[in-house]
Amino acid sequence: MFYREAGDFNTSYAEDQQTFPIKFDRYRYYVVLFIAIFVVPFIINDYWANSFLLPFLIYAIAAIGLNILVGYCGQVSLGTGGFMAVGAYACYKLMTAMPDVSMFIHVLLAGLITAAVGVLFGLPSLRIKGFYLAVATLAAQFFLVWLFNRVPWFYNYSASGQINAPERDTFGILITGPNTEAWATYMFCLIFTIASALVARNLTRGSVGRKWMAIRDMDIAAEIIGVNPLRAKLTAFAVSSFFIGISGALFFSIYLGAVEVGEVFGITKSFLVLFMIIIGGLGSIFGSFAGAAFLVLLPVLLKIVGVDWLGWPTDIVAHLQLVIVGGLIVVFLIAEPHGLAQLWRVAKEKLRLWPFPH
Amino acid sequence: MNATAESYTTEDGRTIGPVVMEMKNITLRFGGVEAIKDISFDIREGEIRAIIGPNGAGKSSMLNVISGFYVPQEGEVWYKGSRRPSMRPYQVAEQGIARTFQNIALFEGMSVLDNVMTGRLTHMNTGLFAQSFWKGKAEQEEIANREVAEKIIDFLEIQAIRKTPVSRLSYGLKKRVELARALAAEPSILLLDEPMAGMNVEEKEDMSRFILDVNDEFGTTIALIEHDMGVVMDLSDRVVVMDYGKKIGDGTPDDVRNNQDVIDAYLGVAHD
Repeated sequence: MFYREAGDFNTSYAEDQQTFPIKFDRYRYYVVLFIAIFVVPFIINDYWANSFLLPFLIYAIAAIGLNILVGYCGQVSLGTGGFMAVGAYACYKLMTAMPDVSMFIHVLLAGLITAAVGVLFGLPSLRIKGFYLAVATLAAQFFLVWLFNRVPWFYNYSASGQINAPERDTFGILITGPNTEAWATYMFCLIFTIASALVARNLTRGSVGRKWMAIRDMDIAAEIIGVNPLRAKLTAFAVSSFFIGISGALFFSIYLGAVEVGEVFGITKSFLVLFMIIIGGLGSIFGSFAGAAFLVLLPVLLKIVGVDWLGWPTDIVAHLQLVIVGGLIVVFLIAEPHGLAQLWRVAKEKLRLWPFPH
Repeated sequence: MNATAESYTTEDGRTIGPVVMEMKNITLRFGGVEAIKDISFDIREGEIRAIIGPNGAGKSSMLNVISGFYVPQEGEVWYKGSRRPSMRPYQVAEQGIARTFQNIALFEGMSVLDNVMTGRLTHMNTGLFAQSFWKGKAEQEEIANREVAEKIIDFLEIQAIRKTPVSRLSYGLKKRVELARALAAEPSILLLDEPMAGMNVEEKEDMSRFILDVNDEFGTTIALIEHDMGVVMDLSDRVVVMDYGKKIGDGTPDDVRNNQDVIDAYLGVAHD
């Protein structure tokens, strides 16, 4: 009823392999893009940018990155916070060392540096799997946070031990520091989010993505059909860390502006991004967006309902949020391990035939 | 038997080429257990070569040696005229040797089409950077390989399920998809580990037909392990018989059928 594919024929392999092979999906995607680029920047205000849109866009990049590693390649990682910190500190060092270079370059370079660090910490994955690999990446998480706390060179010997984003512009528009406009920071993050999603989609639908999924589903069979496990796992770590580094750089420079590493990029950050992809859907780009939106919106909605409407104390609402997230993780792991993305897929299947299923 | 370097023609008119792979005095040990004891045999181009024997005879171990999964302690593997150095399995795959598994080893989280496309991975080499932009080299390569994969899908008559997740398929279809994945690599040697295990008569007939067709149409050399004697005797050009890690017979199905050692191994022999 709502969802028609009748008369929609793909006549070439190129058409069959596009991201949205069904016309209806394709147009909906164009509409969303159009609204995000041409409508939202004109109606955005500081509250919406800071409470929802910026964290959503930035977490979406981190979730895409982690999903490539965990959802597509099957290598469990708990080091997301640490890798985001690498991106943030790399961006900070680049911003202060080269003030005249565009922020675009800084963020991309921060991503590349994080990719290199990710490959380094991905090396144990060749020997260990599953639970043990998760513990090894946990070590990366604590080591990296410790490193940025203890080595003053990383925070330019500032007295507070914090890093603060100096004012930087790109193409003459101010995007970091305290005097930015909401639309400028939003557009800057949006460009990175869209580009990340496109690149991730292109990689996962081609031969690289199949190598990752082959390793995830059965590593022995993957090796027998010609997948070099070393190279496949390390490219997954590199690409994943690249995206996570970009999101860390944006999180620090655009969204927060000032960072104390243990507080912002601690183990809770790793778990938050992991929860996003579990709730959103492992092995799905759309799921990364859905999970990020869900976990960013949940506290906002709870605050509106609990504090503003019902008049509950703030700390009770904050605790309630932890209870809800914890409960949802358990429910999703048992009932729908493929997350919101799978629910969406099932809903689409049903809507194809609704209201006449026979 | 003919000299190893020459081709000959079988009774039904197929041309069997020169030796493409030769196993020389292979010995494989696991700790104190000798799984394979000093075995030598060869595989000729274009033939269907069967390896048979009772349970635990070392057949699967032999296949694992060929596909690079086990490294034998002694002996040499010669492939296309030169000695093969010790290799990882993915390097063996790059040399054009594909295989299926006794217990199905498909990628359960992927569709049938994606599984078959993984068979094409050794033919795809677009870099990470070109792939992240898709348009251009990556897309062209994908379409060119998709055409080959679709040909195999068509050949094995699994068009209708190409978008179905593998986890939803029946056992017989999974076996066929696994064969499709191995064939998609366009291998020069195809190794089949019990392709008909657990199938009913009808499915066995289908699978036998596919194996013969593959050999006939693509000229693929096939080495297979099978327990069903009727199938082996009908399909294969030459048979190696193993028992307790030793080779006890080698030759045409008729030779093997009349070999006293083979009869003893299969039917048992009175010890007095």
